[in-house]
Amino acid sequence: MFFTYLRRELRRRKKAAIVISMGLALGIALVITVNSVSAGMSQAQGKVLQSLYGLGTDMTVSKAAAAASSTSGQPRFNFGARDDSKNQSSDRVMVQGFETLKSSVVTQVADQTGVKKAVGGLSLSVIKVSGTFDRGTFKQNQSAGGKPGGGGSGAPQGQVQGGGADFSINSFSVYGTDVANLDLGPLTSSKITSGKGFTSADTNAKVVVLDKSYAKTKKLTVGDSVTISGTKFKVIGIATADSGDSAANAYIPLQRAQTLADSKDKVTTVYVQAADSKKISAVKTAIQKNISGTTVTTSADLADTVSGSLSTASNLATSVGKWLSIAVLIAAFLVAALLTSSAVNRRVREFGTLKALGWKSGRVTRQVMGEAFVNGLLGGALGIALGLAAAYTVTAISPTLTASLGSTAGAGAGPGAGGGGRFGGAGGPGQQAASKALKIALEAPVSVNTIVLAVALAVAGGLIAGTFGGWRASRLRPADALRRVE
Amino acid sequence: MYKLSGVTKQYSRGKDTVHALRGIDLVIEDGDQLVIQGPTGGGKSTLLQMLGGLDRPTAGSVELDGVDIARLSETKLTKVRAENIGIIFQSFNLIPTLTAQENVETALVPLGLKVSERRSRAAEALESVALAERLHHLPGELSGGQQQRVAIARALVKKPKVLLADEPTGALDEGTRDDILALLDGLWQEYGLTFIMVTHDSHIAKRAPRVATIKKGQITVSDRTTATK
Repeated sequence: MFFTYLRRELRRRKKAAIVISMGLALGIALVITVNSVSAGMSQAQGKVLQSLYGLGTDMTVSKAAAAASSTSGQPRFNFGARDDSKNQSSDRVMVQGFETLKSSVVTQVADQTGVKKAVGGLSLSVIKVSGTFDRGTFKQNQSAGGKPGGGGSGAPQGQVQGGGADFSINSFSVYGTDVANLDLGPLTSSKITSGKGFTSADTNAKVVVLDKSYAKTKKLTVGDSVTISGTKFKVIGIATADSGDSAANAYIPLQRAQTLADSKDKVTTVYVQAADSKKISAVKTAIQKNISGTTVTTSADLADTVSGSLSTASNLATSVGKWLSIAVLIAAFLVAALLTSSAVNRRVREFGTLKALGWKSGRVTRQVMGEAFVNGLLGGALGIALGLAAAYTVTAISPTLTASLGSTAGAGAGPGAGGGGRFGGAGGPGQQAASKALKIALEAPVSVNTIVLAVALAVAGGLIAGTFGGWRASRLRPADALRRVE
Repeated sequence: MYKLSGVTKQYSRGKDTVHALRGIDLVIEDGDQLVIQGPTGGGKSTLLQMLGGLDRPTAGSVELDGVDIARLSETKLTKVRAENIGIIFQSFNLIPTLTAQENVETALVPLGLKVSERRSRAAEALESVALAERLHHLPGELSGGQQQRVAIARALVKKPKVLLADEPTGALDEGTRDDILALLDGLWQEYGLTFIMVTHDSHIAKRAPRVATIKKGQITVSDRTTATK
């Protein structure tokens, strides 16, 4: 009887049921969309941070920024006199940010309470200038000059014609990886898609793994060789960055990188994994307190520096989107409650009759709540479908958002923060805060939690509406069956 | 057996107090047929609500088989209505979305019977009011007289001790009215139940063996020979 009565009543009051369901559906769809877009934003921010940090890194430790003192660290290029048209080339390998820590700091950090693992890395910037000088040709002035070889004022008169220089500048970033600890650090955010990665046997090997896009630009493949500052490295693998933007153009063993940069036992960054992700802040405090001259940057610190349209959209989703969906949900709940209550008012004689026949108030209330509950479920199902469609549309369109990572003083710890192979990125010691701009395609992933939330909201909406209507129905007196005429 | 003693019902209407019933004393024996008549607003429907346990008096007692139903808890009163009292309404009060058979079944739902038993008893009840062919029709597909027959079947399906009817022919034409009255008379005699009917139709009152007239909340009872208007 319960289900027959419920089904027929819903069919009879189709319009009201549709209005209630649509209202709830709209609210629920909005919640799903906002939630999934927010998740997409977080994912995008995660990708941005991951491109700098790699997977599993909770914080980085770098040398505290020192005041700019001189320009001694800036690159100088010396070219000797050579025969005409001979190609000349000069490399300069610089430590990114010009600030390094002793390798022993890595062990010190690893020994701190709450630290699960610490791995050091050296970020380098390589600038290669190559080209040719053309010597000019002296041409004697025929009309004004005396004879060549003549004495006194008879010195040859004339001018140098032609000559000049044609040089190209190629800059790229190199990251020295600790090949004995490959599960932490920037390279973890890339996958080896061709060739092979490093092994612990490569500690001092002249091997290099290239970023895919860099390799493509330079037309390099596995088996080719790359010369960095006079040292020839064999390309053993091509790495593809998960986020589409890699931390460095080339990865070489840490020891080799230290040799190239003349920075023996030095690292630029220590990548730290905390034992408990909830205690990152405590670990940060401990490191800063116990190891002087260091700056600790957590992913949360770095996330705060994300700006650009990603940040704007993220703020919109979390603030406006959240409140909008709450407002729509409240409105939908109220509309559902009012319509259900109004439907009960129109059915006073019907419910009064049932009570006069001996139906308990609870049974009548259950009937009303059942109808409201089904309306809620219908709204929920419709809302989930609409929400999924909206999320799918966002993912299909994949609007591109830009994220600018401008680190605050001393926070630019990641290898990419120094310029990521961009020449303009390494301006000097005070320029550690150079920004990194990334383009991220926004997706709107719908998690199981979001669906569970949607179902819970649908049930809540139905129950709220049903409670209003049921409360009204429970207060009806059977005598109303005789009095009221529909 | 009903025994009403000093039944008073007052209710507020704005600033005024309406005295619907003023100290009614009435005894109705088992198997009696009583017609309650009187002018509109005289208190006859209010009295029927007291008898049916649909409302409670402001003062006085309404005893059914020695139990004052006016003092029963809501749960117990609901049980009394479910088991002992059948009610027929002027506007039939059928659930528009349920078929004739399902409407009759609604009276059996509170008794906790099995679905199959409910269905067979509802079908029998409809057969007894000559609607065996209309089991699966919705109220909207039935005539006024047929709808009232469904309502009568619904009132009698649980085999109540008392049958209360509030203007059962008020919404019917004259021909249908006589059919329904004949049906009710026949069922009353067949089931041997107490039958109390409210009407303002003097034609019906003339046929009744006992008539109670209510005016301004006060009652006068007369037997068939004296019941006139």
